Amino acid sequence: MRKLFLLPKGRRLPVLLAGLLAATIVQAQPTFPVNGIKEEKQATYAFTNATIVANEKTTLNAATLVVKNGKIVAVGTNVAVPKEAMVVDCKGKYIYPSFIDMYSDYGMPAAPQAQRRFNFGGPTQLTSNQKGAYGWNQAIRTDVQAIRLFAADEARAKSLRDQGFGTVLTHQKDGIARGTGAVVTLADEKENLTVLKEKATTHYSFSKGSSTQSYPGSLMGTIALLRQTYIDAEWYKNNKEKEGINLSLRMWNENFSLPQVFEANDKWGALRADKIGDEFGVQYIIKAGGNEYQRIGDMAASKASFILPLNYPQAMDVEDPNDARFVSLADMKHWEMAPSNAAMFEKANIPFALTTADLKDAKQFMANLRKAMEYGLSEQKALEALTTTPATLLGIYKEVGSIDPGKWANFIVTSGPVFNEKTVIHQNWVQGKKYAVNESSWSSVNGKYLVTVTGDKGSVNYNLEVKSGSTANIIAKDTIAAKFSFDGKMVRLSFPESKQSKKPIRLSGAGNTDGWQGTGEDATGAKVLWTAKLSEAATTSPDSSKIKQAPALGNVSYPFNGYGFETMPQQQTLLIRNATVWTNEKEGRMEGADVLVKNGKIVSVGKNLSDAGATVVDGTGKHLTAGIIDEHSHIAAASINEGAQSVTSEVRIADNLNPDDINIYRQLSGGVTSSHILHGSANTIGGQTQLIKLRWGANAEGLKFANWDPQIKFALGENVKRSSGTQNNRFPDSRMGVEEVLMDAFTRARDYENAVKEALVVPKGKKGAVANPWATVRRDLELDALVEIMNKKRFITCHSYVQSEITAAMRVGDKFGFTFNTFTHILEGYKVADKMKAHGSNASTFSDWWNYKMEVVDAIPQNAALMQQVGLNVAINSDDAEMARRLNQEAAKSVKYGGMSEEDALKMVTLNPAKMLHVDDRVGSIRAGKDADLVLWSDHPLSIYAKAEKTIVDGIVYFDRERDKELRRKISDERFRLVQKMVGEKKSGMPVGPARASMELMNTCSDHDHSHGLLVVDAEAINANN
Amino acid sequence: MKKRLFKIFCGLLFSAAAIGQENIYPAAEYKGLLFIKNATVHVGNGQVLNNTTIQVNNGKIEKIGTDIAIPADDVKVFDVKGKHVYPGLILSGSQLGLVEVNSVRATIDHTEIGEINPSIRSIVAYNTDSKVINTLKSNGILLANVIPQGGLVSGSSSVVQLDAWNWEDAAYKMENGIHFHMPSLINRPNPFAAFFGITEPAGDPVKRGLEQVDKVKAFFREAQSYANEATHSVTNLKYEAVKGLFNKSQKLFVHCDIVKEMLVAVDFVKEFGMDVVIVGGSESFQMAPLLKANNIAVILSQSHSLPTMQDDDVDQPYKTAVSLQKAGVLYAINDADGQTRGRNLPFNAGTAVAYGLTKEEALQAITLNPARILGVGDKTGSIEIGKDANIVVSEGDILDMRSSIITHAFIQGRLVDLTDKHKQLYERYKHKYGK
Repeated sequence: MRKLFLLPKGRRLPVLLAGLLAATIVQAQPTFPVNGIKEEKQATYAFTNATIVANEKTTLNAATLVVKNGKIVAVGTNVAVPKEAMVVDCKGKYIYPSFIDMYSDYGMPAAPQAQRRFNFGGPTQLTSNQKGAYGWNQAIRTDVQAIRLFAADEARAKSLRDQGFGTVLTHQKDGIARGTGAVVTLADEKENLTVLKEKATTHYSFSKGSSTQSYPGSLMGTIALLRQTYIDAEWYKNNKEKEGINLSLRMWNENFSLPQVFEANDKWGALRADKIGDEFGVQYIIKAGGNEYQRIGDMAASKASFILPLNYPQAMDVEDPNDARFVSLADMKHWEMAPSNAAMFEKANIPFALTTADLKDAKQFMANLRKAMEYGLSEQKALEALTTTPATLLGIYKEVGSIDPGKWANFIVTSGPVFNEKTVIHQNWVQGKKYAVNESSWSSVNGKYLVTVTGDKGSVNYNLEVKSGSTANIIAKDTIAAKFSFDGKMVRLSFPESKQSKKPIRLSGAGNTDGWQGTGEDATGAKVLWTAKLSEAATTSPDSSKIKQAPALGNVSYPFNGYGFETMPQQQTLLIRNATVWTNEKEGRMEGADVLVKNGKIVSVGKNLSDAGATVVDGTGKHLTAGIIDEHSHIAAASINEGAQSVTSEVRIADNLNPDDINIYRQLSGGVTSSHILHGSANTIGGQTQLIKLRWGANAEGLKFANWDPQIKFALGENVKRSSGTQNNRFPDSRMGVEEVLMDAFTRARDYENAVKEALVVPKGKKGAVANPWATVRRDLELDALVEIMNKKRFITCHSYVQSEITAAMRVGDKFGFTFNTFTHILEGYKVADKMKAHGSNASTFSDWWNYKMEVVDAIPQNAALMQQVGLNVAINSDDAEMARRLNQEAAKSVKYGGMSEEDALKMVTLNPAKMLHVDDRVGSIRAGKDADLVLWSDHPLSIYAKAEKTIVDGIVYFDRERDKELRRKISDERFRLVQKMVGEKKSGMPVGPARASMELMNTCSDHDHSHGLLVVDAEAINANN
Repeated sequence: MKKRLFKIFCGLLFSAAAIGQENIYPAAEYKGLLFIKNATVHVGNGQVLNNTTIQVNNGKIEKIGTDIAIPADDVKVFDVKGKHVYPGLILSGSQLGLVEVNSVRATIDHTEIGEINPSIRSIVAYNTDSKVINTLKSNGILLANVIPQGGLVSGSSSVVQLDAWNWEDAAYKMENGIHFHMPSLINRPNPFAAFFGITEPAGDPVKRGLEQVDKVKAFFREAQSYANEATHSVTNLKYEAVKGLFNKSQKLFVHCDIVKEMLVAVDFVKEFGMDVVIVGGSESFQMAPLLKANNIAVILSQSHSLPTMQDDDVDQPYKTAVSLQKAGVLYAINDADGQTRGRNLPFNAGTAVAYGLTKEEALQAITLNPARILGVGDKTGSIEIGKDANIVVSEGDILDMRSSIITHAFIQGRLVDLTDKHKQLYERYKHKYGK
């Protein structure tokens, strides 16, 4: 019995195939009727003489693995082979635990495609289309359970098994909350038997997927929805009678303790997800996107485990310089560095698993993994990331993930070390069942054979040299190439009688223990019989392919583009000497003055200052002003408008800052040091704003202006009533309704605040007890922000144009006891400046925009000056990434149109916005003790001819015209280097895609009739509809 | 003389106090002599003349000099001591008078249905009562080229002067050029298309664009053959409309930006011998000498723009003019901004000074150069003898908002009213607040 299954020894041809193929080991199911003869398979195998890599740390040489009925029963160097075992001699072979892919949708039905198109002003879908006792939002799909949807899919299973995988975590990749994932094996068995864990994980993402509901229509809306759902689920536990049955929340709670996996797909996404987790005590496992190496320190700080895909960008065809022109350095650099992502994770000691997700074809997996190794990923780590780590994260390490007794017999048999380029996977065993991957190469057939062809006229001998399973030559006087193929069993061979002859001898046969034999036709078409016998085995040379040398790469810069810093600049002690200093203080404009900066602060302002340790900047002939502050900006954010509802005070710009935005750098070049990043104007009560400092290179947290009074964006007029469309169904549709939205929202907020207060009252006699109001009152993130406004803890900046709406808004504020802190845009502010002054508002406006929409037909460039004359604190803002670079000149227009003094004009872009943002104690003027946010100008700062030479934030020079020159040269050199490298890739025959222009996403307020360039995608045009 | 100045001053005051623009009147034709004296004259061709007198007769500049005797008769004399005198600025590409409020469809008349519409004429829709017009005069812009949009060949533009009762009065040069909006030849994917469910058209967008260009070329070939025919049995209005391109009485304005598009535009010089003007031209700095070699002029649409690529020099759009200047290309600086409606033309030019032009070069880019490009260089664009007296007086440097305060403007020798809607509303609310 045993002999039958012995593998061929020496040069005997492989016969391992017989018998093994159909072995089914898993138990049949008792409840299932049998058609035919009941057949309960039982099988014991022993794999002997193998190099067994039991896990990433343990390798056993000449070891034996015993498998019985699908499970591993023994493994080791001293293991007895049970006598009932079918023995597989694995001499020269390696055995590894099969891989685990924990980010798969194997066996899941495809999610329906969402039918969404851009249609600004089109109808809004305000409620979920999902029928039944579910929650309100269609993208919260907690009721989805992978286990219920799972249907084994042999074609996909095979493609994964061929790469060495045996187990996957599968879930339906659809929606923001995606329900539970299941762990299944890739066995070709009834699903009942392949599920290892019914509910292993819960899944989340930033993508709405198939949801057609309008909300959330932005990234920050998505984050707000997740946060609110965490809160609602907690509240629901004790308030079921108030809510009724809500299956979405119930399922959320039921599965809450499972590992939670978040598909972030991006470095900033990872940090955003992690932040949500931190708030609710959840440590997500984060599915990465491939660019995380660009912020590896931040990734480590998240303490998360990651799932890394191995999809690298393809090289582009940049031979044509006019095509290359539009491919950014950042895209080329990412192409160069993306394969180093996994290695960077290893180096930073961040736990990670690897996945085939995001690959166009699972077949690319091994090649891409080897590329990751070329770039520094160790073999040990790779194996760990494919076995131990995912198994541990999924809580299934007792069952799979290593070769240990008691675990499922999920392992692969390979020809050599699994990650070597020439290694092939022969077999992939899943739950004790063998799946052939590449068995024909189990034994090499290479060598010299004597072929004897016997026909009516007798026998002729030929010498055949087999080079591989598909190449062979006939060796005679001349070497003649034969057509040859051997698939492990059947063989085909044809060759011409001689080099001159075109008529072939065609042979067909099969292999058995001592060679090949079969039938065929000779050159004349006469029938022949033939045999082939090995005469001399080819000597096998050991696999000489080594992990290649790590390629030379560029450096990561912060941010990851041409203008980023490779090393972040440091605070300096700076002495700016002999400049015209515009203090914005009672000293006014000081000629020939010095300013000393230390530790990020202005230390002194005066004449003839000195400091031994200071770097001296000569300000002779130059002007020094406080840094420009833009009250109204939309840069540096991933989304700006959550327009799906009229009240979205729950959303926060802070949740989706984008520190990579090149406009940060461009605006530094125009002297901007702080920007107030506002929500857009798509709805009446928009989102919470974020004041940032332009600390180029910092991450999202690093950009934030610390300890400021938080603000929120409101909007009135045409945008919120959606005048540009004809199909609006979202309340309001008129300025009458806009006012009522405000009344309703604050009425609800007041009632809510009262309810919370009531719930906070501790019943008499329960001294010392702390009431938790959220046990009964549903905490509402939307209303929380409005309560803050009423309590003067949050301040409004309100997009507004027309005098009627301005007055109406102020009256709502009066009723609820709060002030509209700032009216922004406020192009008709000059008409009601007296009322605004009485109400206590600030005004932040444009210098000279008008007539681009109906509500600005009365806008005048004298607006700022007139409001100032009436006594308002007035700022000039940009609302525009280009104009923000020229805000000093925009302020100067009030000198031209309204006769404003030059010092007052400059204050409109420095001190005045600082006042309306409540940060004038720290920025906006040049005074000892204030933040060293300064600009050194080449000329009078209100002049069209003035250029910012240095822009300083917190005493750090973030923009310097000299350094900028150097960067331009460097960008040009780097671009040249990378273009050459890509061209080389093309020449070396690697696949390349067409050069595709690097697009830039631009957020605007939706008030624009302003083109930003050839490669800008207006995010508004995309988001507004949702 | 003083009396006369005082009267004009009163006239200005009167109209400024009025509400609504209905009583801002286009100036009547002025016959006879007019003098502007003690002027610092920025000629528009690079020259600056100090302490100079300009003599205007019947709307034309008759004499320029430092020793011009001013007769004691009843003539208009403007003493502009300490001020700067410039040729009227020219907005070389605009939808002025074709669109009032960008967001209100009923006020928009710049686009027609169809792809090849050369017979469409912008001039017939030019609304002299647009409230925008007076705000431009207030900033020294006295002429504009009014351009139709849409499709591939959108029609003809005309040059208008900005002080007129109706379009026939306004027309300064009719149908000076035909406008071709080149389809984009950039492989410009929408990276968010998949995420947001937007379907992008299949295939190579560059190839698609070139097919469109071929369609336009085929049209011009037919039109050329038609133009070569002595008589026509059937009249084709489209062919008729482009006849001027083949005898160079009209120019072909090609709206495009990137190098590949501009290279394709060169075909129209090579194959058809047309005078070609690139409008847009944000990437023209990449191939300025090649444009010069083909005698192609450029209208830079918007200097106050962001760079195309994140890798570009952060100030690239500010200095593109400098590359054209160095290469000797005939170019104009324009202001196509939709939110300020063209009034920042002098400041777009001023920015180019900060990045490398001389002030007089920048001035030329908004006066004499556009006049030449638009085919009115013989009549205007500079303060030179024989030209129309299209003249602006500014308190200081017209290119810098610190000092660019326009005190007088003359079109064809007529002193025009510089009141505009904005000044009127300003006065109205100063009145309210007692300021």
